[in-house]
Amino acid sequence: MDSITVLMTSPMSDYLEKQLKDRFNLVKLWAYSPKTDFFKHNSHSIRAVVGNTKIGADAELIDSLPELEIVSSYSVGLDKIDLRKCQEKGIRVTNTPDVLTDDVADVAMGLMLAVTRRVCECDRFVRRGLWPKGDFRLTNKFSGMQVGIVGLGRIGSAIAKRAEAFGCPISYYSRSEKPETNYKYFSNIIDLAVNCQILVVACALTEETHHIVNREVIDALGPEGILINIGRGSHVDEPELVSALLEGRLGGAGLDVYENEPEVPEQLFGLENVVLMPHVGSDTVETTDAMADLVIKNLEAHFLKKPLLTPVV
Amino acid sequence: MATEDNEVEDPRPLVLIHNLPSFKLPLQDRLITHFRLFDSLASPEASSVRALICVGPTPVTADTLDHLPSLRLVVGSSAGLDHVDLAECRRRGIAVTNSGDAYSENVADYAVALLLDVLRRVSAADRFVRSGLWPQMGEYPLGCKLGGKRIGIVGLGSIGSEVAKRLVAFGCTVAYNSRNKKPSVMYPYYANVHDLAVNSDVLIVCCALTNETHHIINKDVLTALGREGVIINVGRGALVDEKELVQFLVQGEIGGAGLDVFENEPKVPKELFALDNVVLSPHLAVLTPESFEALNKVIIANLKAFFSNKPLLSPFQQE
Repeated sequence: MDSITVLMTSPMSDYLEKQLKDRFNLVKLWAYSPKTDFFKHNSHSIRAVVGNTKIGADAELIDSLPELEIVSSYSVGLDKIDLRKCQEKGIRVTNTPDVLTDDVADVAMGLMLAVTRRVCECDRFVRRGLWPKGDFRLTNKFSGMQVGIVGLGRIGSAIAKRAEAFGCPISYYSRSEKPETNYKYFSNIIDLAVNCQILVVACALTEETHHIVNREVIDALGPEGILINIGRGSHVDEPELVSALLEGRLGGAGLDVYENEPEVPEQLFGLENVVLMPHVGSDTVETTDAMADLVIKNLEAHFLKKPLLTPVV
Repeated sequence: MATEDNEVEDPRPLVLIHNLPSFKLPLQDRLITHFRLFDSLASPEASSVRALICVGPTPVTADTLDHLPSLRLVVGSSAGLDHVDLAECRRRGIAVTNSGDAYSENVADYAVALLLDVLRRVSAADRFVRSGLWPQMGEYPLGCKLGGKRIGIVGLGSIGSEVAKRLVAFGCTVAYNSRNKKPSVMYPYYANVHDLAVNSDVLIVCCALTNETHHIINKDVLTALGREGVIINVGRGALVDEKELVQFLVQGEIGGAGLDVFENEPKVPKELFALDNVVLSPHLAVLTPESFEALNKVIIANLKAFFSNKPLLSPFQQE
């Protein structure tokens, strides 16, 4: 299939890049500057786009690629893809669900434990040579804390299963109630926040869920409450989050995502009740390879006119 | 019962609080409703006291016991009892209790927290972000998936069982080594730690420190665990040959380590400070307010049982 031209939007995985180069005619968007050169030379030959959480396929890109047939996203999140436009133009879209569910849920748990037990702060304490001068103080017990999950999809359910093993009562807010689970359902996020100690954002980013965690929700979670975000930065009103943390109106936060990655509000750097990770939810050797394999398989299936493995549109 | 002077005899049993000056028993004032307390071996009451509470790692030696001829019970306030001369206690017919289940969940939580941190680089990532390097350096090194890892638990007691229960929910498989195989347990058993290490990706050390378990994690076990192997220690520092572990880590012969305990606390080998695949904590897996509440209940329950000739709540059992 090396006559088929595929556009990769950003450097997301060396392994994926190699696989694409071996199988297709690979065009790398970041190799071109200014962007206009790229569009001039390649736009008519590109039949597939491989995007990720940084650069997907927005309306402008889609409109400039008249031969585009498929967008295969190296992510499960679809917020960077103009799905409506793809639907209108009959362009297929695939993503990478399931293969990354465990890893993302694990990071959510890692953040919950790290924030409540101050794991990173304790590590800093030891490395700074402070232990001989005196003990660190007490931290709060994690097991048994009430966990509230926003979005009980694949990732949300995986988080619930893990937290249950720690004796954490689980509650959730989702677009629809899921009676097959034993978890407590709340029909709105404020009630969920009032009734839990740790609020975890695990839903998809859409127009409705933009800033779903706003000042009101943060206030409801309160000075003992902890926010964990492994969704998208834009789920949370970031300036409100920062001021709540600085003013002690929120107990703590564990964040893997931010509104303007890779920019992270510097005011958070001095806080010990915060744990910050650079959007690594699915970043393990095993999972990134599995995601790449799924992207490739979807592309090959499409061009061989076989059923797509993980179609969204 | 009134004496000639019309004094009412104090019905509370007498208990010795045995502690080094630097260790305080948390929530000690709650004991006063139930027990009459004193804290000196030199006191005349030492000759008649039947129970003592050993605070933290305060040693209980043959010499200590020589001062307490009526002693029949040592109530420990920790899970480990390596500071108590258990053989001497046994010889003198003195029962020993530990903290039972009071700490188990908290220690298990911290063991899992350390493992997640090592595999997914939580602390290293947090350092990376706070240093402002993310915008400059873009990508961050990949971590390792926890799901599917083979967990080897060294010492499947109360703490080890809680660790196992948690990690099974992450999709890990569990095997263990203990002094004896436990017939009611479904996890595969290995008769020695070397074999457990050969068949594990991660070793989590949760056992008690005794003469037999001193340096139970040695060069041979670390080699068997392998270059990608991870070791988590929430037991006692001396369960691990620390010099060997540091060598293995510095030379990249083992995948990583999460350590809450060390051979010479509070001294921690400085070579570890430069390593991103190591997570360190100052012996605090236990230290939550909830632990102290639970410990207080266990201490009171053991003492009450003893003084009413009922079975002890948490007699020390070696796993």
